[in-house]
Amino acid sequence: MLKNRHIQGWLQASPLTLILIGFLILPIITIVVVSFWQATEFSIIPAFTLENYEFLFGSPVTYKVFFATFKYAAITWALTLLIGFTVAYYLAFHIQNQTTQIALFLLCTIPFWTSNIIRMISWIPFLGRNGIANSMLQSWGVIDQPLEWLLYSDFSVILAFVHLYTLFMVVPIFNTMTRIDHSLIEAARDNGASGFQTLIHVILPLTKPGIMIGTIFVLTLVMGDFITVRFMSGSQKANVGRLISNDISLLQYPSAAATAVILLITVLIVIGILLRFVDIRKEL
Amino acid sequence: MEKKSKSFYVLTAFFGLFILFLYGPTLTIGILSFQGPGGGLTFPMQGTSLNWFRELFQEQAVGDIWGSFRRSFALGLMVMVTTVVVSVMGGFAFRKRFAGSGILFYLIIASLVIPSILISLGVGLIFNQFGLKIHWATSGFGSQLTWTLPFGLLIMFAVFNRFDKSFEEAARDQGASPWQTVRYVVLPIIAPSLIGVGLFGFTLSYDEFARTLLTAGSYNTLPLEIFGMTTNVTTPVIYALGTMTTLFSLLIIGAFLLTVWVLGKRRARFGSDAGKGV
Repeated sequence: MLKNRHIQGWLQASPLTLILIGFLILPIITIVVVSFWQATEFSIIPAFTLENYEFLFGSPVTYKVFFATFKYAAITWALTLLIGFTVAYYLAFHIQNQTTQIALFLLCTIPFWTSNIIRMISWIPFLGRNGIANSMLQSWGVIDQPLEWLLYSDFSVILAFVHLYTLFMVVPIFNTMTRIDHSLIEAARDNGASGFQTLIHVILPLTKPGIMIGTIFVLTLVMGDFITVRFMSGSQKANVGRLISNDISLLQYPSAAATAVILLITVLIVIGILLRFVDIRKEL
Repeated sequence: MEKKSKSFYVLTAFFGLFILFLYGPTLTIGILSFQGPGGGLTFPMQGTSLNWFRELFQEQAVGDIWGSFRRSFALGLMVMVTTVVVSVMGGFAFRKRFAGSGILFYLIIASLVIPSILISLGVGLIFNQFGLKIHWATSGFGSQLTWTLPFGLLIMFAVFNRFDKSFEEAARDQGASPWQTVRYVVLPIIAPSLIGVGLFGFTLSYDEFARTLLTAGSYNTLPLEIFGMTTNVTTPVIYALGTMTTLFSLLIIGAFLLTVWVLGKRRARFGSDAGKGV
């Protein structure tokens, strides 16, 4: 064995480091560089210019689209947290049998390993004009006309986000909850706390790291998304990711790169704030 | 907790609804893929048939599905093997603090949180600038690793944080070389987790869309092919494809979980040979 633990560490981590340099750091650097380049209709020219950013910050579309991105992120976050916390709480504290617990937990996580695109497609028969939701509501007499806003709207976009990403909340919150010392909960009860008080004053604070990790996942996935918004809104709504992908499809790479840089900075600021509340290395 | 309280039943109902929410849509397109030949994308069913599955096998009808499936499968295996090997090595590296390990750790987190379209765009730009041809097995492969490796590494960190070092010490005390210690003591103990890492590696690659979008080149992977179909296919054939893909995923997940379970059983049976030596 090599004597020097630093050299040994880097040797073992070298494949990882090379991959991250090649496919994470270099691409980001390239994006930053290209965001200062000029573009014509057919090609990109490596000449320094600020016009991509001037255009980006000068356009009202940018602010609208960033606002929409934050809106999607905030609403999805609130819903996934509410649902994810409840599900994790149920699994961690109401299911006593460990085999049942593992089985139900797996049931919650299996969709994570299946295709997101297909899970999005599978909402069409539910939400369409003649879909299950509309025909059920009509047969119950709740509505006379089919609801038009079920599919291809903000509603369907957020529904799909919640559907796709709630398990990113369930898993870390469940993980933190199962590590809570049960004697703390007994102590709370012995001191006369009601179930609800125990939940608010004991379990919730102790679950904070899991909530933070889930939050990081959900926020970054929603903020960086472009495909869910495009598909579930029928290309009628936009977020930052779609702005980038539109530029790409028009071969406007410098402009796409400039938007990408601003998106990256935004995401990193959000993550930076969240990391102040949790030490990820400690939570593993 | 108390004997089944009222909140237990409320939460059970909530959990049931959540599961229905998770699986309901997938089951619905599963049913609708058996739609009769005259049926459309929603209920009612116009009879039942295997018509749409049959169409999947007539390649010219819906594009190169089987080619894209083969590519996705091959890519999934490549990513799986690489993810397992690199994650295990990385996991070993992080057992000791080495200079710069903190930076590397934050790079791993960054790889996880960076919007996937940036990877796609950046890798695409690099390949263009250097005049390299983008291809699913090169640029697509690397881009997907930036998504699967963080998961693999986080699992390895969690595993090694719980690893009892006295096993290794015992091996060393018995005269095992460092390589023997790893090969006969550490790897067998962490084997079930490695299967978990493999599961992440394969399925995340097999289903990845955003990171392969600009890096796959002229040959599509399956998710790209399916997404292409959503814009121009308006028959239940897309449900049939979705159902087949989901069944395939479930098969893979089942195989991985079964392996973990069998390993656990075997370990329970042959677990310790303490006191059995002569």
